Amino acid sequence: MCCLKALRESNNSVDPRIGIIDKRLENVKRVIAISSGKGGVGKSLIATSLALSLVKKGFDVGLFDADFTSPSTHRILGVKKLEVEEDRGILPMQVHGLKYMSIIAFTGEKALPLRGAEVSNVLIELFSGVLWGKLDYLIIDMPPGIGDVTLDVVKLVKKIEFLVVCTPSVLAFETVEKLLTLLKELNVPVIGVIENMKMKRDFPIQEQVVKAGFSFLGAVPFDSEVENALGNVDMLFKTVFAQKLAEIVPRIISQDV
Amino acid sequence: MHEWALAEAIISSAIEIAERKGFTEVKEVRIKVGELQQVETSILEFALSELKAGKLKNAKFVIETVKAKLRCRVCNHLWDFSQERLNNESKEAIHFVPEAIHAYIKCPKCGSLDFEIFEGRGVLLESIKGVK
Repeated sequence: MCCLKALRESNNSVDPRIGIIDKRLENVKRVIAISSGKGGVGKSLIATSLALSLVKKGFDVGLFDADFTSPSTHRILGVKKLEVEEDRGILPMQVHGLKYMSIIAFTGEKALPLRGAEVSNVLIELFSGVLWGKLDYLIIDMPPGIGDVTLDVVKLVKKIEFLVVCTPSVLAFETVEKLLTLLKELNVPVIGVIENMKMKRDFPIQEQVVKAGFSFLGAVPFDSEVENALGNVDMLFKTVFAQKLAEIVPRIISQDV
Repeated sequence: MHEWALAEAIISSAIEIAERKGFTEVKEVRIKVGELQQVETSILEFALSELKAGKLKNAKFVIETVKAKLRCRVCNHLWDFSQERLNNESKEAIHFVPEAIHAYIKCPKCGSLDFEIFEGRGVLLESIKGVK
């Protein structure tokens, strides 16, 4: 609370955006951040596919791409241009049954070089300005690592839960372990870990996750067909990747932490 | 941020501060609005007057616009946002998310993309006067 107060009241001025974030998310039942210690492990693909799977199950779902400098969920969804509307706030776009928000609504395909404080400002601006309305799930595609967005999401979103993605590599797990330790120290609920791009002879992620005291939600195999399905949601649903992920979804739903 | 969403956030913060300070009635709320966000002051004023209630019912909202300045992190050049010639689409993007400016402009002196919003970014609640 003291940190939040400090963030809100720098130089004796108060940033009014922060106090409204709770209200913006008051009708969202669960907010799940899809995160990892490293880039390239498939966070965006898991976040997007999970959001689409939840829509298929009849839930009201939002997808927020919080990777502002390297957004990619729009490519997976096949969104070429994102146009938002405003009505007493920013209304997310409807895409494949999802309420969707990405920085590309404001920058298109242009590069957006941002430093840490600017990243935080974008996050606060969108959390305070976007009207998600009533949702069962808001899925957040996080940037890699334990930097600004991770710390801000933990600080700003009281109901945040994390779902961590790891690939079967000692390098990926080492960073994931740091993320998990941080979340544990901050008392942030962790739904569990998904192993992505599993191949035959792997580093034993499941064993390591359980040893660290977290839930192992399941493994999704490496699927070369996914690349061809990017931008085509119907094709994506037919991949082994999506089908295996769909088997894990009930475990995510039931783990209301 | 949209003017109405912004007004809602200001009202919410002002109520919280008034309660913390033990005010029974708020007399004045001073707000600084950064030029960069291109907030329509008249819409903001109207939204504030429509949304104010309870302890804020009789409060006067004083809005001061702050000129937006940008500073290059490479050559230290300081320049005014007002000298930029942007199309409506870019302006609208910056209105919603001021940091989107990094996708549209460069330092006019050295061409660097690495610049900061020095001042006049968005909305800040400066002070609240009230009676206990």
